[in-house]
Amino acid sequence: MIKTVSAINIEKAFGGKRVLCGVNIEAEMGKITGLLGPSGAGKTTLIKIFTGQLEADSGICRIKGKDIGALKKEDKRRFGIMADELGVYDRLSCYENLRIFARLYGLSKEDIQNALKNVGLENDGKTRADKLSKGMRCRLRLARALMIHPEILFLDEPTSGLDPTAAEKIHRLILDECARGTAVLLTTHNMAEAQKLCSSVSLLCDGRIVESGAPDDICRRHNSSRILRIHLSDGRDIELSQNEGAAESVAELIRTGKADSIHTSEPDLDAVFKELTGKELAI
Amino acid sequence: MKEISTVFLKQVKDTLGNKTVLIQFILFPVMAVIMQNAVNIPDMPDNFFVKLFSVMYIGMAPLTAMSAVISEEKEKNTLRALKMSGVSGIQYLIGTGTYVFIMCMAGTAVFAASGGFTGTELIRYFLIMSAGTIVSLILGGAVGISSANQMSAASVSVPVTMVLSFLPMLSNFNEKIKAAADYFYPQQISLLINGADADMKCIAVTMAEALIILGFFMISYRKRGLE
Ligand SMILES: Nc1ncnc2c1ncn2[C@@H]1O[C@H](COP(=O)(O)OP(=O)(O)OP(=O)(O)O)[C@@H](O)[C@H]1O
Ligand SMILES: [Mg+2]
Repeated sequence: MIKTVSAINIEKAFGGKRVLCGVNIEAEMGKITGLLGPSGAGKTTLIKIFTGQLEADSGICRIKGKDIGALKKEDKRRFGIMADELGVYDRLSCYENLRIFARLYGLSKEDIQNALKNVGLENDGKTRADKLSKGMRCRLRLARALMIHPEILFLDEPTSGLDPTAAEKIHRLILDECARGTAVLLTTHNMAEAQKLCSSVSLLCDGRIVESGAPDDICRRHNSSRILRIHLSDGRDIELSQNEGAAESVAELIRTGKADSIHTSEPDLDAVFKELTGKELAI
Repeated sequence: MKEISTVFLKQVKDTLGNKTVLIQFILFPVMAVIMQNAVNIPDMPDNFFVKLFSVMYIGMAPLTAMSAVISEEKEKNTLRALKMSGVSGIQYLIGTGTYVFIMCMAGTAVFAASGGFTGTELIRYFLIMSAGTIVSLILGGAVGISSANQMSAASVSVPVTMVLSFLPMLSNFNEKIKAAADYFYPQQISLLINGADADMKCIAVTMAEALIILGFFMISYRKRGLE
């Protein structure tokens, strides 16, 4: 199967400073692929290479089997991009902001109204962009990316700086879009976001992918301590080493109703990242 | 074409909200109307204020408007959004340049009405003003292209427009300034507007300067593009 988006062995340096070192990543239709890494890891650089804003020093970048360099204007029209470095016109209304881009893509008034409605800004069509809250502004930028019904959606830290409720709204929109069959490539330094949205994540640190796969698989793979933590109904916590001998004890605790909850010792993505790189994800 | 007209329409829509740019377009024409009607000094040359402010307008409005609009779109990253939607740097510059040109021509129409120009005088006036506007807006485009944000654009455009728009007036007071002013196109435009007989020399100097400015513009564009 042709992967919708694939990067093979991407290298990029800025004046001698290596920012991406042999990066491989793939994204598929109808899936959300995450690129998880701390500030300065090279996430934005990779998105810029995919969207043609930057050229890689070496490596292959393909979109639907076509080399990035060979993409025509028509091909690029099927990309939706939402990134900090794509601004909105502060003095224009939400509607007018979208209208500029609708005109460029040959979309109708209904398309604009639908795009506003889709992100819950249907009553703010006349509101000036600089009067919007952070979350609304974010949704406006997302509306611009979604308005063109993209086949591929690039999201560079779509929720950075948002409170949990506003972020939740964005998450739901991203999941809806993905359910429509769009390939989504998303960057984040928020582990919970990656775990919640992505069917596959790549952990990026200093320009290298240190681990990739489904979030749960990654966590299971790095479960080195293999311990079961059991919270007993009398309030005590006990830990059992996860081996054959433990099975009997656990079965007994469940049978006698003494176990309130049982947890495995899988690390979360934050902990895996720390284990692999010695660095914190969120800074 | 669609790209150019979209850029143009965006700039038109944005005008009313954008006080910095709006004031550039209307300040001098409004002042000309007021002064021309309010001030009456004996022996004052015909349409003194209209002609004086026309020249200052040329030196200031197109240059400031171009550099302010371009540098703001760079700073706020809206230019990048346009480019990601298929607008090329050249299309953006043509759309924005057309907008600034038309706005300045509207201002010019106010000057012309206030001066009561008619017939060939009117045509001549418009031709001179168009030529001056185009030279200034190319210079403003070059300033916008070579600055990363509004602050750095203003730090160049403010002193440059001061020199360009005030030199012709100051040259009335001092021979040395007059000698220096002769090297700048607004002085030549001023001579033309005031009906100088050495037309060819004025046109030649303005043309030569336009070419230098165009060269500067092309170098800036080659070097940075619209990044
Ligand atoms: N145009 C550039 N010139 C020089 N260095 C750059 C440039 N763009 C990015 N870098 C460097 O490349 C590295 C990666 O930057 P990038 O913006 O891709 O990180 P990021 O993962 O997106 O970080 P953040 O989470 O802060 O957005 C950084 O060290 C940055 O300083
Ligand atoms: Mg980034």
